[in-house]
This record gives sequence, C-alpha cells and structure tokens, in this order.
Amino acid sequence: MPTSNAIELRNISKFFGSVVANNKISLDVKKGEILSLLGENGSGKTTLMNMLSGIYFPDEGHIYVDGKEVTIRSPKDAFDLKIGMIHQHFKLIDIFTAAENIVLGLPGSLNLDIKQVAADVKVLVDKYGFKLDPDKKIYEMSVSEKQTVEIVKMLYRGANILILDEPTAVLTPSETEHLFDVLRNMKQDGKAIIIITHKLNEVLEISDRVSVLRKGEYIGTVNTCDTNELALTEMMVGKKVSLDIERPEPENMELRLEVKGLTCYNLEGVKALDDVSFSAYSGEILGIAGIAGSGQKELLESIAGLQKVSSGSVTYYDPKSGNEDELIGKTPLEIRELGVALSFVPEDRLGMGLVGSMGITDNIMLRSYRDGKSFLTNRKGPKKLSADIIRTLEVVAPDDETPVSKLSGGNVQKVLVGREIAAAPTVLMTAYAVRGLDINTSYTIYDLLNEQKKKGVAVVYVGEDLDVLIELCDRIMVLCGGKVSGIVDGRTATKEQIGLLMTSREKGE
Amino acid sequence: MHNEKAKEPFVRLVKRPSLPFWKSWLIRIASVLLSLALCAVLIYMITEVNPLRAYTAMFEGVFGTERRIWNSLRDTMILLCVGLALSPAFKMRFWNLGGEGQILMGGLITAAVMRYCGDSFPTWLLLLTMVITSLVAGGIFALVPAYFKARWNTNETLFTLMLNYVATQIVACFSILWEAIPGSANIGIINSATKAGWIPTDFLPGIFGNFNYSINVIIVLALTAFMYIYMKYSKHGYEIAVVGESENTAKYAGINVKNVILRTATLSGALCGLTGFLLVAGSSHSISTSTGDGRGFTAIIVAWLAKFNPAIMVLISFILVFLDKGTAEMASQFTLLNESFADVLTAIVLFFILGSEFFINYGLVFRWSKHKEVK
Amino acid sequence: MSVFITFIQKAITQGIPLLYGATGEIITEKSGNLNLGIPGIMYLGGIGGLTGAFIYEMNTTSFSPVLAVIITFLCAIIFSVLGGLIYSFLTVTLRANQNVTGLALTTFGTGLGNYLGGSLSKIAGTVGQITVYSTGKAFKATVPFADDLGIFGQLFLSYGFLTYLSIAIAIFAAWFIFRTRIGLNLRSVGENPATADAAGINVSRYKYLATCIGAAIAGIGGLYFVMEYLGGTWQNNGFGDRGWLAVALVIFARWKPNHAIWGSILFGGLYILYVYLPFGDAIQEIFKMLPYVVTIFVLVFTSLKNKREQQPPASLGITYFREDR
Repeated sequence: MPTSNAIELRNISKFFGSVVANNKISLDVKKGEILSLLGENGSGKTTLMNMLSGIYFPDEGHIYVDGKEVTIRSPKDAFDLKIGMIHQHFKLIDIFTAAENIVLGLPGSLNLDIKQVAADVKVLVDKYGFKLDPDKKIYEMSVSEKQTVEIVKMLYRGANILILDEPTAVLTPSETEHLFDVLRNMKQDGKAIIIITHKLNEVLEISDRVSVLRKGEYIGTVNTCDTNELALTEMMVGKKVSLDIERPEPENMELRLEVKGLTCYNLEGVKALDDVSFSAYSGEILGIAGIAGSGQKELLESIAGLQKVSSGSVTYYDPKSGNEDELIGKTPLEIRELGVALSFVPEDRLGMGLVGSMGITDNIMLRSYRDGKSFLTNRKGPKKLSADIIRTLEVVAPDDETPVSKLSGGNVQKVLVGREIAAAPTVLMTAYAVRGLDINTSYTIYDLLNEQKKKGVAVVYVGEDLDVLIELCDRIMVLCGGKVSGIVDGRTATKEQIGLLMTSREKGE
Repeated sequence: MHNEKAKEPFVRLVKRPSLPFWKSWLIRIASVLLSLALCAVLIYMITEVNPLRAYTAMFEGVFGTERRIWNSLRDTMILLCVGLALSPAFKMRFWNLGGEGQILMGGLITAAVMRYCGDSFPTWLLLLTMVITSLVAGGIFALVPAYFKARWNTNETLFTLMLNYVATQIVACFSILWEAIPGSANIGIINSATKAGWIPTDFLPGIFGNFNYSINVIIVLALTAFMYIYMKYSKHGYEIAVVGESENTAKYAGINVKNVILRTATLSGALCGLTGFLLVAGSSHSISTSTGDGRGFTAIIVAWLAKFNPAIMVLISFILVFLDKGTAEMASQFTLLNESFADVLTAIVLFFILGSEFFINYGLVFRWSKHKEVK
Repeated sequence: MSVFITFIQKAITQGIPLLYGATGEIITEKSGNLNLGIPGIMYLGGIGGLTGAFIYEMNTTSFSPVLAVIITFLCAIIFSVLGGLIYSFLTVTLRANQNVTGLALTTFGTGLGNYLGGSLSKIAGTVGQITVYSTGKAFKATVPFADDLGIFGQLFLSYGFLTYLSIAIAIFAAWFIFRTRIGLNLRSVGENPATADAAGINVSRYKYLATCIGAAIAGIGGLYFVMEYLGGTWQNNGFGDRGWLAVALVIFARWKPNHAIWGSILFGGLYILYVYLPFGDAIQEIFKMLPYVVTIFVLVFTSLKNKREQQPPASLGITYFREDR
C-alpha cells in the first residue's frame, strides 16, 4: 500500500522497571517534512526515538515504515530500513578518523580502502558544504565537527529518515543556521526528518509540524504555521506557567570574590581559560553565558580548586574575618578548611556531585563525613538533614537509602542543591542547575537561588538558556573561547546582544 | 522485511529491580548444587565410582579427623585473610591482582626474621617484628603500582599481575641462598628445633585440643570483624566507596584521591603480607615459591563473589577450601583422579556461581510470557 | 659465534609460545575482553593436542605424520576454543566480571591440563608417562637442507613449521586488525561498544568470535610447547608462567601483533638470558624476572607518554549491556 508516511508509530509503549517511559504513543512522519518532537526533559522523546533506531525494543505497539510493519531489533535493523539517528551524545570512536567512523559497521570488501572512503566522504561533504577533514581524528575535533561527522555518516549510509536528538544544544547560532540549511536541503530531497528539541524558537523556525509529548504521553500534533510559542508551551507543560522569574534587587553588595587574569589549559593542552577577570558580590546573582565548552567548566573548577591553573589569581574576601584569601594553589579541602565556604553544583550531577550507588543520606554525608574526631562516621546529622531536604524540597524517593541513580533527574538535582545550600555558603556556584529539569522544578531552583541571594550569598549561575539568564541574573558575564567577551546588566541586556558576544571570536576569525 | 511472526525477539533481557535477599541466595545456592551435580557426573564418568561415595570421601578429607578439621579451618582462614586484604582495593576499583606476590614478600620477610633473629629476640618481640615487617613488605609491593596508578594512571591490573613474578623470583633467589641441602633449592623447616617464631599450636589445649590452629583462627576472625567495621562505618571506608564509584565526585568532595588510592592499596598489600606471615609462622614454617599456592588469585574470586561482604567471604572461603581438601582426599582414594582434579572441580563450581549472578541481576522476557507481564 | 646462534635459536624457541599467546590475546583484547584465562587456555591447547595425538597413536597401526599433525591440531583448537566459549558465555552472555572469570578459567585450564597429563595414560589403561614421540617428531620436522645452509640455515630454518606459522599468523592478524573492515569493526567494539552497536555491529558476536579465535591461536602456543619444546610429552606445570608472560607481551607490543613478533624473541631471550650469565644460581633467579620488569617499564612508560593511540582498548575489561541507562 503506497503511503506518504515514512513512519507510523501505533500504540508504542516502553517501561523501565516500574517507570512508564512511553505510554501508547501513536504518531506519523511524512516524507519530505521536518517534524519536531517537542517535550520537556523526561517526557520520553529520546526513548521513543531510540526504539526507532533499535537501541530499545518497544514493550508494546507497532511500527510501520513505508506502510509496512517492521521489527527493529537492533541498530542494524534500523540502518536496513534507512533510519539514522544522531544522538545527543555522539556515538563516535575517539581514536578513529572521521572516515573510519563513517565507514564503521558497513558491509563491503574485506580489505578496507580508507583512502577511497575518505574521497567519497569528501564528495558528500562538498555537496552539502560541510567543513570536515575525513582524516582528522575525532579526539582532535570540536563539538560541531563531531556532529558533522555524525550527519555525514548517516548520509553516507543513504539514510532516508533522519532523527536528530537536540542537535543545536551544542552549536553556535551560526552553526545552527548552517545545520538548518542542510536539513532544508535534505527535506527537498524527500527525506523525513525528526528533530527532538525543547527550544520553541527553533521548532517554529525549522519544522513543518510539531508533535508534543508530556510525561510519556502523546499530547497532540499541530502544523507549525497554525501555532505559536504560548500554545506549544501549554501543550508541553500542561498548564499555564508564569514565565516571569523573580529578581529581587541586590542589597548590601560587598566584594566577595575577585578573579584576575585567570588562565588554564585543559587535558588536551588547549587553552581553556584565557586571562579571565571579574568580581562577584554578595547579594547578587552573576550569570555566566557562553556556548557549551567556552570555559565555564574550567572557570568554576578553578575557583573550587579542582582545576590546575597556569596563571592568575582568585581572591576571596572573608565576610567574617575580613581576611583576603588566595584560593589558587589550595586543594578543595584546604579551601573548605580555611573557612572559605564555597558551594559548587557541578555540571555532571551523577558523575561528579553525587555517588549514584549511594542513598540520599550517604550522599548528604559527602560534605560532612569528616566531622568529628572519631575514626568512624557519624550518620545521625546527615540522616536528619536528608529528611529535611526530602521534606522541604519535595524530593520524591522511596526512602533515604535508595541509590540516587534510581531517582529522576529533578529529584537528584534537588538533593544536590539542597546539600550545597545546607552548607550555608557565602559563595554559591551552580552550573547548568536546571538542565534536564521540568519547568516546575526549575522554578523551585530559581527560588532557592534567589533566597540565597537575599541572604547575602554571592551566587554564580552558569546557564545555557538566555531567557532565563536575562530574567534571573543581575549581571551576565559572557565567555567566548575562554575569554571574557563582555559583562552586561541583566536588566537591560537583550538576547541579541548576548548572542553576539557569545560568538564574537568566531566573527573575528 | 520480517514476517509477522518474527514481530519481536524470542527472548529479551531486562535489568531487574533488586531481588529480595532470600531469592538471590536461593539462586546462588541452586547454582552451587547444580555445579556439584555436574561434578558428580564427571567423577562418575571417569572413575565409575558412586558419586555419593566420592562426596563421602570429600567429607572425610575435610572433617575426617580432628587434625583435618584444624587444617581445613586454618586454610579457610588463610584464604579469608587474603580475601579481606583484597576487598578494600577492589571496592575502590583498584584491581590488585598482585596478592600472590604480596603474600610471598610478607612470607619471605617473616622467614628472614625467623632465621636471623630467632635465637636472639624474645618471643613477643620476634613475633611483633615478624608481623610488622610482613605488613611493610606486602604493603610496599602494592604501594609501588598504586603510586604509578595515582600519579600517571598506569594500569594497575597488569602492573600488579607482573609484580607477582618479580616476587616469585625474589623468593626463588632466597630459596637457593638459604637452601638446607646444597642443590635442593629448598630451605627446609626454619628453627625446627627451637620453634622460635612459630605461632603456638597448643593454645588453650583444654578448649581446642592438644594440637590446634586457634591463634590463626582468632587473628583472622578479629581481622574480619575489623574489616567489616572499617569498610562499612569508618571514614576511610566511606572514602573508598566514593573513590570507587567516581573519582570526580571524590575530588569534588575534597577527598584526596591519590592519598586514598595509596592508602587503600597499601592496606591491601599489607594484609596480604600478613597472610604471608600466617602462612610461614603459623603453618608451613618454611618459604618457597609455592607458599602462596595461588591464593592471591583464588581470593580475588572470594572477594568478588562475596561482594566484599566479610561475612559472606567466610562462607565462600570455606566452600573453596572444602573443594580443595575434599578433592585431594578423593584423589588419594580413587586412582584415576589426581590432585589437579581439585582445580577442575573448583573452576566448575566458580563458573556456575559467576553465571548465577546474571539471573540475580537480569530477568528474561520470553515472547509468550509477555501478555502475562503486561497484566 | 655458535654460542650466539644457540642463544638466538633458544630465544626463538622460548618466544614462539608467547607469540601465539600474545597474538590470541591481542585479538581478544581488541574486542574489549581482557581474557586472563589465556594461561589456562594455553594449557588446554597443549593437553588437547596431546590427548588427540595420544589417542591416534594408540589406535593406529600405520602412523601417518600428516594425519597426526591434523588430528593434533584439531584437538588443540577444539579444547582451547572450548575455553574461549566458557569465557565468552560467562562474560558476554551472562555478563560476569571479566577478571574473575578469566582467573577461574586459568584455574580450570591448568587443572584440566595437569589432571589429564597425569592421568590420561591411567585412564587408557597403560602405565607410565604419556608420550607421543612420533607426533612430536612430525611437529619438529625442519626443512631437510637447513643444516647445509650454514648460519643462515641454523638461524632461520632450523625450526618446526609451528614457528613459521606463528609469525604468519601474527602478520596476518596485524593486517586483519588494522587494515580490514572487520578489523575496524573489531577495534570499535573494544574502544566503545555502544558506538559499535549504534553503527549496526553485532557486539556480542564480535566478542564471541574474537575471544574464541584468540583462544584457538593461544591454544596452538600451548601445543607448540608440548610438541616442539617438550617433544610430545607432558610435564606437570611445565608450561609455568609463560601464559602470564604472553599477557605481558601484549602490553609490551602495545596491542600490535607485528610488534609482538620481535617482542616475543626479545622476551624469549630475556627468559633464558640467565643461563649465559656468569652468576650463581641464586642471582640467576633474579634474572628470570627480566621480562616482567621490562613489561612494567613499558607499562609505566606508555602511561607517562599518554599517547591516545597506544593506550589499551578503552572498554577493556568492561561488560556491555545495551539498555544500561
């Protein structure tokens, strides 16, 4: 039966243990269209698409490709059906070249003529106007180059159905524009494209239709031309939420942290921070904006004593004693023992801030387990604190012994932030505090940060959503390629202004 | 491309939520019984002896006489001691495969102290010196790879593995230097006349009988209790757990990861060294390249299967010693078997236990069982 | 000069089993399986070949060297692949810990080897040591005119065919791993199985095949030791620590079979160097640790340099489950 639908999903369900990731989802993708799959994090978008690409197998339901029912048991089955997915975390082999990654897993003659592959790739790259050296090793590449490899890989395999999982999260605005151009070209070729995203402006810019998921349920599909941001937000979150984030006026601003000429190199020997200088004051929220990988991580880690610094200074002004303490050259523990209260929510919640296999109480202990002179740990205090955090921040967990890796992202984040705030910091640094959280939890976090600000804490907020940065922060420092490209006032700044600062170096080159 | 019937795979794997305690143990016990049944079939096929008779022989080998019971206890404790030594390192995800070498170094230094100080030191000082030097010797052999691991992330699995043979050759060298009869490469029994530095085997004869290894048992059981508390309730134990889970988290929490690695690995090696002391002073009163008898490797399995829980390690050590001693007795009773058969049986039981973990952690979803599951 | 030639010859003789073991282990490790059962598998290969040859020699009246070699080969491979299968089944299908499974397999292989080596003749109803000199001789056969070619003949042509086969296999393996599609896929499985999986590569199949083929190759190393080195008999624990030396050689060769060729001869040389040194027995024992010490130095040096291409396969020792999240 001929059909204009490239893919039809019927009543697809997927369960992870007792968690319903997808519940009876049905949707269609037409040939020659770009469909946006919209939903908050945890709404089941990626899970649904992983069943199309053969990573997961659906527990219930039917999948039709070109009108025929199919079984997708493995990524290979998906390739055979010409379905290609570009994951958020790139699936590339670091020590291979682009060409080797592109040809990986393909059938063909036993002897691999990698030069021929590279030549073929070059043709494809030129045709779409990508910038890519087929012989470059992946570990030497930038994020956007890696994404290019992923897309070219799918094209090389002749994919007709392309699924992109949050492709723009790691790109600069100009790279995003370029990507969208390529996608439009492919749409012209009759390819079906699905973009997983939660950025409304991009949805409206690129897609023909939008399908919305919420908490594993299918909400509906609308034509992009018939909708707007507000309507989509309503579909996505289910009820109207105030878009206003509170921003109390800063009070009693005092110099708390002074960074001067900070320079450091990352593991690959690339300059990650280049002569960064700024000050943070008590009672204000200092936002830090920038494209992913512009040095945000290194900046926070340098201040926290986790990153080796090659030059520069970080001076901490102790509110109690009035002393000036130099933080560079001290270990994280020394920084703490000096009485310098520095709380830090790292980017990778489970990888760094918490121990996944431990329960809430044991994770709360991470800050305080050293307390007391005894050889043994004291669990009473942490147990009480974890009960407090569970109650006040409404953490949903079976008990305080359940490994935190089994909790949802929002609850994990609440535990982490709750613990950091409980340490009564004078400087609170957060990185991507709301990444992966639903809107309600995000607001809880914003409230928490504002509360700290009112208490006179100097809050440093590294964020990715410019709207949030502009509404939440008093000042916004923009990083670009490890340099400070500007510090703007959050009350007067515009998105365009900040966007320009984020990419200023790109333009200079 | 697929026909209707091949709609879903015949069988799929899903990760299980944690099983109740009794159920997971039921699976483990079942796997041991299954493996013993398979061994019985094997024994029958080779010897054509009634497997029950064979297993009776095993029991005789382990519990047959008072002496044998003490020997079995002693060996269980030795294996347990190595398992206890290795578990903190493993918990930290530091693969100390060098237990064998660390045991040998501990044993070697113990033997040296016995030889050179046996006549001049009072007993308490002699034993104390032996304990301390064996801890130090074993510790150093773990500290070196740990240092490189901490400093340059050198692969510790392979480093510690290689060090076993360095230790073996050092012992081989001293076996010749100290040999009792020229050309034998065997140092014989140390202080056989004075018994200086021997752990007494007549401790509390009223309770334990005239010949016993009760001191060995008491030392290791005390160590077991200590390690249980150390791993579960001490600050060190907490740090080990954090470092094992994620080095980044540990650094973030202000834990000095390098120090924890050095400290824990050294502890692990030192306790292996202590095992060497127990072996030399408490049982063989000699040293050779085979003093360790592969326990550094067997104990890895003990620690792993017990999930680093000291109480369960006691049980697993006993099962392994039971197999070893039992098969040795079987080999002496039935001509077609020999001592090496013990290794085969032990390995078969281990394979089954290793495989059984799968059925605890994962569940299988069969196509036909699907509808039931959904309801 | 002749001492030197003998030394080289002996170094090669010692090195060849290591080369087999290392080549097999490299192929296995490239799939991300750290098979510490390799020493046991080499025992299995040795005893398998010996068993096959023993049964053949017992039951044949007209001994055919070619048939003996074929039967011996097949049996060695069947035994060692069995070891590889046990390992793969436990670590790949049942996802057991690789290190622990490998060590248990070494216990199994060594035990079975020593058990059969000691009891085979008793089981068969004969007495004394199990020996298959005729088959051993077939394995040791050299090129007929080798002795006429002087030093060249002595240095290069004085070995049985297994020696040349080992080098051929190593060269082939190097080409296969680094120059073919399947080799590329194999390396990707060892580097990052999730990526390989996403690229449509059947990770489990690669792991199984690499482990079993690796086991077969390593098993031939055990066969070499039994047939060419011992001349067709069994010596309890005679193979000694050579299995671990093969694992060491993998590190020394930095996971490249072509480097393992000269590495194996170097290791063989270091292994017997003590015989040629004017020291007492005791000091000789110290010299026997040389190959391990050299390996430790290479290991440390590699980690100091920290060059990405020379590191162990990134997922070495880690089990893979697709739906982990």
